[in-house]
Amino acid sequence: MSPTRVTADANPLRDPRDKRLPRIAGPCSMVMFGVTGDLARKKLMPAIYDLANRGLLPPGFSLVGFARRDWADQDFGKIVYESVKEHARTPFREEVWRNLADGVRFVPGSFDDDAAFDLLAETVAELDEQRGTGGNHAFYLSIPPGSFSTVCQQLERSGLSSPQQGAWRRVVIEKPFGHDLESARELNAVVEGVFPADSVFRIDHYLGKETVQNLLAVRFANTMFEPVWNNRYVDHVQITMAEDIGIGGRAGYYDGIGAARDVIQNHLLQLLALTAMEEPVSFDAHNVRLEKEKVLSAVHIPQDLARGTARGQYSAGWQGGDKVLGYLEEDGVGDGSRTETYAAVRLDVDSRRWAGVPFYLRTGKRLGKRVTEIAVVFKKAPHLPFTDTATEELGQNAVVIRVQPDEGVTLRFGAKVPGAQMEVRDVSMDFGYGRSFTESSPEAYERLILDVLLGEPPLFPRHEEVEQSWRILDPIERFWATEGDPPDQYSAGTWGPASADDLMRRDGRQWRLP
Amino acid sequence: MIVDLPNTSTAAVSKRLVQLRADTGAMALSRVLTLVVVVADDAAEEAIAVANDASRQHPCRIIVVVTGNKRGTARLDGQIRVGGDAGASEVVVLRLYGPLATHGRAVVTPLLLADSPIVVWWPQDPPRDPAADPVGAMGQRRITDSARTSTAPRTVLKRLASAYRPGDTDLAWSRVTHWRALLAAALDQPPYEPLTEATVVAAPDSPSGFLLAGWLAAQLRCPVSVARSRNGTGIISVRLERASGTVDLVRPEDGDSSVLSQPGQPDRTLALPHRGDAECLADELRRLDPDEVYEDALTTGLGAVSGRSRTATEAIKAGEAPSPAEAARTTQRLRRSARAAGSSAMVEKMDMPEDAASTESVQQAAADRLSEIRERRS
Repeated sequence: MSPTRVTADANPLRDPRDKRLPRIAGPCSMVMFGVTGDLARKKLMPAIYDLANRGLLPPGFSLVGFARRDWADQDFGKIVYESVKEHARTPFREEVWRNLADGVRFVPGSFDDDAAFDLLAETVAELDEQRGTGGNHAFYLSIPPGSFSTVCQQLERSGLSSPQQGAWRRVVIEKPFGHDLESARELNAVVEGVFPADSVFRIDHYLGKETVQNLLAVRFANTMFEPVWNNRYVDHVQITMAEDIGIGGRAGYYDGIGAARDVIQNHLLQLLALTAMEEPVSFDAHNVRLEKEKVLSAVHIPQDLARGTARGQYSAGWQGGDKVLGYLEEDGVGDGSRTETYAAVRLDVDSRRWAGVPFYLRTGKRLGKRVTEIAVVFKKAPHLPFTDTATEELGQNAVVIRVQPDEGVTLRFGAKVPGAQMEVRDVSMDFGYGRSFTESSPEAYERLILDVLLGEPPLFPRHEEVEQSWRILDPIERFWATEGDPPDQYSAGTWGPASADDLMRRDGRQWRLP
Repeated sequence: MIVDLPNTSTAAVSKRLVQLRADTGAMALSRVLTLVVVVADDAAEEAIAVANDASRQHPCRIIVVVTGNKRGTARLDGQIRVGGDAGASEVVVLRLYGPLATHGRAVVTPLLLADSPIVVWWPQDPPRDPAADPVGAMGQRRITDSARTSTAPRTVLKRLASAYRPGDTDLAWSRVTHWRALLAAALDQPPYEPLTEATVVAAPDSPSGFLLAGWLAAQLRCPVSVARSRNGTGIISVRLERASGTVDLVRPEDGDSSVLSQPGQPDRTLALPHRGDAECLADELRRLDPDEVYEDALTTGLGAVSGRSRTATEAIKAGEAPSPAEAARTTQRLRRSARAAGSSAMVEKMDMPEDAASTESVQQAAADRLSEIRERRS
């Protein structure tokens, strides 16, 4: 008996039948730009600790922070420690922390300082020698898109973007991917001019959520949904992402961008693509993206944008128990700003499956509550053998995929109300994805960061998808810009402006109460 | 909430469960499996606590069958725990006395959840043939724990191997998942050479060590041997030999940190914590299909592991196993060379660094440290 062969693709210890074995990333480090930001503190650094705690990071994993601060390594260690203490999902373990802390480095610097990037290159090279990170480094750009080009050029100049033989360099960028088609292309030219296309990871954290991945499982692993998932049975689809918060301190970013660019362009159109796409040939990155691109390319906007879109701006009001300011009174918002904080659009998908089924997308800040859901609303039964009075309270059947919070799937259908009379009313059947068990399901960022380190791209949108979504949104933005009236006002804590309700009413439908 | 139902029947327990659910209203109905725990009286509470913990990831109904005194009249004492006393599950404890004590199956059957899988877990001394056991036969999955038996682990494993039926699994096997993952990850990297020999150093009272060795033997098809360390030390190290040198993964005794050494690469440390029972049980509940890799390790691999008996000290002296003392020193050395934070107690005492800086001072700092690091590296 000769020993089993070992090759790059055939690792005898990695048996395909062995489902217990987690994939641990190979030797690598992560270099994080913008470590002083909220995202880094609240999500990224805790996610890295959680990954370490779950044993999914490689031995010697190192975390390099880069920021415009005069800190030593241990100062940054303190920052990481505090963020882990406060925000990590998994319990604190001393030995996990010690091992992570040993690999914490900090590089002080501003983006235009050549010396800082030379220092970064030296630091990273030293990590390869000291901790065996093997020349594999991921750069997480948690910074404003305006700085992408400077940083990318600096990475190129200092040789950080080009790996030695057998190693990799990857770059992770966060939305927004531009503010229209043209700027998205420019941005892409900058990033892909330095890193090859398959080394660029665009993070849309929604796609890392269990429920979103579950959407594909629900659709394609079952027999009972797919047969009715078409225009013969589906009346329309509503995709909602509502936030109860205002813009907080982000006026500088938000003003001039608005709800449509901030949310519809990426999250909602991605959710639409996953809801509407055909079955991919297989679940590898290439095929899933192909189907998503295909369906996005079939999306068209209403002929009459005045009737097919709505936008609004929150005004002062009561949100829950608090009195809150209107958008125009927020700090940092320009006088008479026309930036929308609520946007709703009707989209159609030109395919045999979806012809005649409108997709309504809406998003807004300071709405009734924080919720994201996809509701597939079915047609009424063609014939009801009951009297009108018996079915008065019967609505339309629906499959609701709750993305957050309380992740799960709800089925709405009619049932007889107990009693002597025949009376049918809507009831729900609930599948709680998390319920009391969410504490153990990983954060979206954990999954996404691990995928970056493993080099697995299925959950990251490709540049073509980004372009498609700008193609859909650009005409709408242009129309809004030329419209004479400012966005409609809606009071904080309500479900948006009256014009959005009118949009639905014109089609003989109404928004669900999420 | 805990409801005691002394001297009862399964019908009464079942009725009370439905009633409790109706009363509290909010209790989740989405139980995905029934976990049947067969345990002796003195270990029952600990087992329930572990199962409750695991149920947070896998909502389930837990039926605990406690065998009491077999003499006297047949009697069934029931107890229902829901809400805060039951984690994310509902727990039914059934204490069986007299002739009933040998008929666990009869009391469990009416309480099983409809249409969902059944998992049977023996926290201690499993039956000789788990799949042939009346309660075990009901389960899709049977979880034993070869580390918690009064018999020597090697004997227990042999017995489990000869009685193996698809669906069997052992907690000692889930305890080595981290080890396995790290070793597999090490072989993901070049050089890609066949392995010529493997040595596992583990305590003779640790079935996990034998299973790890069995797994290596089954997958690598090279000579694998086990050297004994002192009882109670668990797994100490694994050495994989190949033409270009050895891959050593060492976890010094009582530590939760390990050191990975490979030729041509710096030594690397990483956390390799001992896994808790709840974590392992939750792992077992995650997958309900037969574990073929465990089967290979247990039934073919274990037999191929060399029976040569020698102690860890002998193996280290002969240069066939890495020295744990050396690994502990490596950890210390690497820790000293890291200039960053260190232990949580130390970090806790530090002040938050200043969250602002002038461009000049940052540029100065970058320039200073650049010359510093260049000097250090040249």
